[in-house]
Amino acid sequence: MHYRNDDTMGEPSPDKGRSSRRHFLSQLAALSATLTIAAPAARAASSKERSRPETPDSEQPESLVDIVLKVNGQEKPLKVDSRVTVLDAVRDRLNMSGTKKGCDHGACGACTVLIDGKRVLSCLTLAVMTQGKEITTIEGLAHGDELHPVQAAFVTCDGFQCGYCTPGQIMSAVGCIREGHTGSDTEIREFMSGNLCRCGAYPNIVQAIKQAATQMKGAVS
Amino acid sequence: MRAFQFKAAATPSDAVSSGADTAFIAGGTNLIDLMKLDVVTPTKLVDLGPLSFRGITLDSTGLHIGALEKMADVAEDPRVVKKYPVVSQALLKSASAQIRNMATMGGNLMQRTRCGYFRDTDSPCNKRVPGSGCPALEGENRMHAIFGVSDSCCATHPSDLAVALVALDSVLKLQGPQGTREVKLEDFYLLPGNTPDREHDIRSGEIITEIFVPAKAWASRSGYLKIRDRESYEFALTSAAVVLDLDGSTIRDARIAVGGVGTKPWSLPVVAEALKGRTANREAFAAATEQAAEGARTLSQNGFKVSLVKKTILRALSEVGGVA
Repeated sequence: MHYRNDDTMGEPSPDKGRSSRRHFLSQLAALSATLTIAAPAARAASSKERSRPETPDSEQPESLVDIVLKVNGQEKPLKVDSRVTVLDAVRDRLNMSGTKKGCDHGACGACTVLIDGKRVLSCLTLAVMTQGKEITTIEGLAHGDELHPVQAAFVTCDGFQCGYCTPGQIMSAVGCIREGHTGSDTEIREFMSGNLCRCGAYPNIVQAIKQAATQMKGAVS
Repeated sequence: MRAFQFKAAATPSDAVSSGADTAFIAGGTNLIDLMKLDVVTPTKLVDLGPLSFRGITLDSTGLHIGALEKMADVAEDPRVVKKYPVVSQALLKSASAQIRNMATMGGNLMQRTRCGYFRDTDSPCNKRVPGSGCPALEGENRMHAIFGVSDSCCATHPSDLAVALVALDSVLKLQGPQGTREVKLEDFYLLPGNTPDREHDIRSGEIITEIFVPAKAWASRSGYLKIRDRESYEFALTSAAVVLDLDGSTIRDARIAVGGVGTKPWSLPVVAEALKGRTANREAFAAATEQAAEGARTLSQNGFKVSLVKKTILRALSEVGGVA
């Protein structure tokens, strides 16, 4: 089966299929910048930063670190600031934009990835703390053109509307099924409660997880 | 987020000698959030992850849990589920599956309050900036405490796990530059008084290495009930950890602690005493529960917690005691 290769369902190849959308977004950003020339100054003045004394650069602790991130089976050497999260590292440094930034504070689940097979929040995980660990993102689920059973089930059950929470929902669902928490709709809802969907696709998400769990029973995901 | 120097701890003594202005990180689910908000701004971050404070051991003295064990692993440990259901239930009703896979037991006990003023650096907060004031006392305080409130602070302690562990008389093992020591979990948490910035009986450089739950054969008859604004993935409005020692239908002993209502995990020995010697039935539970809110100090928006916490305890007692 062949499916669209866009942000929602993951991007096996980060160099393909993404350029048009990214290009469009950057054009849009440039356009709105020219239309609102006064905005940056106003934004700076109203920013929370106004009352915070900034530490001079000379007093900033040295925080660049050489790391190797192992993402979807590939080792990626990077020099990162110690503040960089796994979420920002995969999106901005490795150009894998399948993992989504929602709240960036651990409240929405959009950034869910697997680390050493367990579902975790990449927005609250520092990249420097994941050395030697296996990170799996949405891009690492499919085998070539063959979707992971959870991805396929989300398509057949229509488990999304806008799609923004979908990569996180799918990664979390993979973890939920592996943990064995798919015994009932209630159990699925409870163990998927860390993934919010503002479109309210929950009934179809539950259906998709039930379908995928049945399919994966006995199989190694 | 402010810049910091990162170091992975090689040994316990390496970690505890990291010096001032160091924050210890384990799961990071609370600390990274607070660092992004600029509420906590360490210049050094020491990762405790490489240390060996792990393992769940059940022996004749009780249950020993390594401070670095993940919440999810402890919640699903069959021995914990069977012998200390209140601990498993409190963990499973905490946070989300993802966060429980990341967060450690020690880190859970060290998590900071969810008070909105504490988390907003544009607001005064005596806990964050001592002496700056407490807007919650006269402001948005629906989620705030009714027990242990002072004129400086009314923020609730957010941990469910801590409530269950306090009910079980748990003890923390700490290691610091001066060696190791033990402290009862209930005493580990400090009342805000006029120093709400001091939250724990913990000294500079100290880390939690183990949580010890003393053996209590009757802890298998225990449970945790949590009442929230939404069904899951939410902090408690009120919660109750209940442990009952029954001899037939007679209550030999009991432990009760409540969450979502105290500036620290709130133990209720008065309620436990009132239950002793009584027959486990609805009337005895209701009579004992009536004393639960003695000494409560309500604020403009959280008066409902007085009756809600009583009902929470009553329902928890009824469920654990097998009384319909």
